[in-house]
This record gives sequence, C-alpha cells and structure tokens, in this order.
Amino acid sequence: MDDSNLITTKDLVKIYPMGAESITALAGINLTFKKGEFSGLVGPSGSGKTTLLNIIGSLDAPTSGSAEVLGLRVENLSHQKAAALRNHHIGFIFQTFNLLPVYSVYENVEFPLLLLGMPPAARKKAVMDALDWVHLTERARSRPNQLSGGQCQRVAIARAVVKKPEIVLADEPTANLDAENSHHILDTMEDINRDLKTTFVFSTHDQKVIQHLRRKISLVDGRVAKDEISTPGREGRP
Amino acid sequence: MIIPKLAFRNMVGAGMKTWLNAGVLSMAFVVIIWSQGLYRGMDIEVSRTMIDSYYGGGQFWAEGYDPFDPFTLQDAHRPIGGPLQGLVDKGRATPLLFVQGTIYPNGRLLPALLKGIDPGQMLLAIPSSVLKAGDHEIPALIGSRMAETSGLRKGDVVTVRWRDARGTFDARDLAIVEVMSTKVQAIDSGQIWVPLQALQEMAAMPSEATVVVTAKDSGLRPEVPGWIYRGLDFLLQDIKDLVRGKSVGASILYSLLLFLALLAIFNTQLLSIWRRRKEIGTMMAMGLTRWRVVGLFTCEGGLSGVLAALIGAVYGIPLLAYTAAKGFGFGEDQMDKFGIALGDRLYPTYSAALVIGTTLLVFLAATVVSFIPTRKIAKMKPTEALRGRIS
Repeated sequence: MDDSNLITTKDLVKIYPMGAESITALAGINLTFKKGEFSGLVGPSGSGKTTLLNIIGSLDAPTSGSAEVLGLRVENLSHQKAAALRNHHIGFIFQTFNLLPVYSVYENVEFPLLLLGMPPAARKKAVMDALDWVHLTERARSRPNQLSGGQCQRVAIARAVVKKPEIVLADEPTANLDAENSHHILDTMEDINRDLKTTFVFSTHDQKVIQHLRRKISLVDGRVAKDEISTPGREGRP
Repeated sequence: MIIPKLAFRNMVGAGMKTWLNAGVLSMAFVVIIWSQGLYRGMDIEVSRTMIDSYYGGGQFWAEGYDPFDPFTLQDAHRPIGGPLQGLVDKGRATPLLFVQGTIYPNGRLLPALLKGIDPGQMLLAIPSSVLKAGDHEIPALIGSRMAETSGLRKGDVVTVRWRDARGTFDARDLAIVEVMSTKVQAIDSGQIWVPLQALQEMAAMPSEATVVVTAKDSGLRPEVPGWIYRGLDFLLQDIKDLVRGKSVGASILYSLLLFLALLAIFNTQLLSIWRRRKEIGTMMAMGLTRWRVVGLFTCEGGLSGVLAALIGAVYGIPLLAYTAAKGFGFGEDQMDKFGIALGDRLYPTYSAALVIGTTLLVFLAATVVSFIPTRKIAKMKPTEALRGRIS
C-alpha cells in the first residue's frame, strides 16, 4: 500500500439478503483515498453511498472483496478491533446529528476522548479547542435540545474531530440544514481539513456539498460511474 | 472506570425516570429491612424473655418428661441428688416440680398445672418470693392470663385437687397471694405456682423435681443419670421456628414489592434500549464495543440500586431508628395472639448484616434485572442501530 493511501477498496461487493431475494448495494468498488482528501460519494438514494461509508468505517463488513483502512482489512476485523479502529482513527458525522441527548455539548464532544482514556486536563483542552473550531465554546453547557440544527451539526463535527482522527466520514451531513447553515458547516469542515490534514469522505446528493468537494465519486447502482477531481472550495460557491 | 462514569451521566441525565425507579426500589429496600428487623427483634425479645423467666441457661428434664404430653407428668419426676443437688446448693440451678391438678374457682372446674418453685430462687424472673408467706392455706402465684381465665384475683382462696405419687387424690385450699403481670404464656396460662416444698409434700415426692433450671451463665452440663439436658438451642427451637414462619409469611409481601420495583426497572431498560437504539449505534460508531454498551446499560440499572439505597437511607434511617427506639405496638390483645412472649410493643432490631445483606440483594437484583434486556444489544448491528432498528 502506498503510504499516502489511507483507504483502499478492491472489488468491494455488498449484498443484502431480503427474504428469498437479495439486493446488491455495492457491485465491485475499486477506490483509493489519500491523506488530506476532501472527497465525496455522490449519487441518488440507493446508489450504495452509505453502505460504502459504513464499510470504510468498519461498521459493516463486505460480502466479498476487501476494504483496507489504515492498513487494516475491515473484513477480517473482530468486533473489538473494529471498535478500536473507529475509536482511534475514524470520526463520524451523521445526517441526524446523533448527539447523545442527556449529555451537554461539552460532554458530547468529550465522549470519544473518554473512550480513549485521555487524562482530564488534556481532555478538557482538546474539547475546548474542538468547540472553538466550530465556534460553540459559549454553548458548552447547553443540552442538544437547546440548540438549532446547525449548532447540533457543529457539535457533531467537533465530536468527530476532537480526537484528531485520520479520517472523518460524513453521511449526508447537510440534509437537515438550510443553505446558510450548510455552507457554514462545510466551511468549518474545510478549515479542519486544511489545518489538521484530516481526510473527509462525504456521502451526499446535496448540491451545496458537491460544490465544496475537491473529488467527486459518482455511484450508480453500486458501481463507480465517474471519479473526477475538481477545485471548487469556497471560491466555487455560487 | 469509564463505563460507571458514563452510566452515572446517563442516569442523572434521564431525570425523573431515574428518580421514580429508584424511589420505588428504595421503598422495597426499606420495607425489607424494616420487616426483617421486626422479626429479628421479635426473635431476640422472645428468646431473652423466655431465658430470663423460664429457660435459664438450659434445663435438665426428668427422664420421660414431655411438656406437650400432660400424661407424662405422673411419672416424670426424680430425686434431685448428685451433681444437680450440688448446683442447686450453690445457687447455680433451681428445681421445678410439675403436678397436674384441678381447681374449682367460683364453683367451676378448671384443669391447672401446679408448679413448685423455691421461693428463695433468684435464677428466674418469677416473683417467687411472694410464696414465702402463708399460715393456713398454701400461698399461690398466678399470672394475669390465668387470673382472667379462672376469674381469680389476689386474696382469693381456691380449692385444688390433685393425685399424689401413690395414686391417692387429695385436696387443699390455695390462697392467691399475687397476680403477676407477665408476657410469658409459658409461666402463666393454666398454671399455678406454689412453694416447691409444699408441692413435694402434697404430691408425696420429697426432694424430687420435674425440671432443674440452670443459671444463665453456668456453662455446666454434668452427666446425670435419669436426667436429660436440654440446651437453649433445643428449648428455643419452637420459638425460632414460629418466628421464621411469620418471617416467611411477611417475605411474600416484600418479595411482591421488590418484584414490582424490579419490573419497573426491567420495563424501563427495555423501553430505554428501544428508545435509545440510535444512541447505541452512535456509541458503537464512536468505538464502544457491543459488550461495553451492554455493560453501560447494566451499570445504569445497578446504579439505580445504589441510588435506591441512598434515597432509602435518607428517609429510611430516621424512620427505622424511630421504630427501633419507640417500638411498634399492635395493641395488647393482638400481641397476645402471636402466641409467644411479646411485650406491648415490638422493638425491631437492625443488624449490620441485615442492612448490608439487603443492600447487596437489592443492588444485585437491580443489576441482574437490568442486564437481561441488554442482551439484545449484544446482537445489534451498528448500522441497524444507527438507522433506529433493532436487529
């Protein structure tokens, strides 16, 4: 594996049995993601974006083929090793934010660091730094139900990046946000990508996100239809 | 230590649900301690009273004596002699002679057990010193229950008829010199206490006894031919069985209460897993293994037990301390119906073992009940959980 390749998939196939029939979500995906990429899986619903993201994130295993993440073959990982991979190296951002409702903003962001066993002082600094990146330090004590959708997603971003993972996987991160909040969130993620060299892989069909991507991988019926490099960023935004 | 910390956060964050569950569980917790303390207090009080007033440090029974078979009384008497007499002479034992008789109070006929006791004895808490007096009639002491049954009062004279060792029937008048107030039915109901020597003469059983009661701290167990030693374990066995029986009856009530409290925890856990399935998926995505999530939910349930103990301590300690100090009265008539030597009030006794044991029981039960529904999590796929499904 090339040292700069964080993620490599080879002939990746995922088939879901549905009673007597089966649905092919991924039909032989061959992709490579390098360190610091800001890329996205683009396509309509059912094209296999989320399935691919889940396999890369070691939340699911392929039916056949391989997915290598940071040198580890996802299909061979035990539950414990998959959990350790996610815990140490992968951050997740979800469409519905998935914040822990009984925790404060601070506690939500702190959660991954608690799992890592980080000492309290370092943990506090890391949490406050992450909240600073997303401009939410003043809402540290708030509960998720006291925040707007945009603020919730910024908390989710802070939670995903607080441990400074190599990879952040964002599944439709702007689907529940208005245009202004979407651009604000994407700007924040671009800043983190630039400053921390974190690799971002999105799953989206939202044009607002697509405008920000530097690499667009179009999926159709579980296959890569197009893989193109572009240089939009903030400047390319209409 | 991460899991307990997270469990604590979740529990605090759950707010009212947590307090309701822990509140109900704490009630079960306090009721268990209270009722067990009540029966333990009953056991201790009855045992102490029986030891003080009748059993002493143990008894020697004349061979053939059976307290539940009055027909054995005719033959169950023996000369005290030997080592037993030595104990009596040293004041370390006191003899009792039992003779079955019949009294005729107010023209009625009533069976009565005549019990001879040394008026100078100091071992038993029976006011036998009143039996020293007597000029013409034989002085007699009865308990308040016997007084009520027979209609006899202090100063009354009653005729007693009995059969002596030779099989001859005889009769004499007894003067009731005192009516003692006692909670021990074993020295009261159907019994008349008279001076030992007088009864020995009446029954033609000189220097004989049916039972020899030893001093509480004598520790003496001489082997005496014709006498069988009955220790406190044997003598108190019936009382302990009776109290245990009542305790088991009460345990049905608190088992039901505990069951309801645990059912509430079980139900909360089940609903919680259903309601928090996305949260479970998120935790897995962040690197928590399935079994650590199981541990987290189980720990939350276990902490409910701890919180219940703390809540129980807040209102339970003052409540239990008050009942231990002031006792618990059912009314004198009701107390008599227990059939054992109880005073007007019951004083619960709470031991450290009872409190610690109950705390552990409630904690373990809450933890186990919390664990059972969480086994679903162990089979959950993170991707399904994130979609809000339970696979």
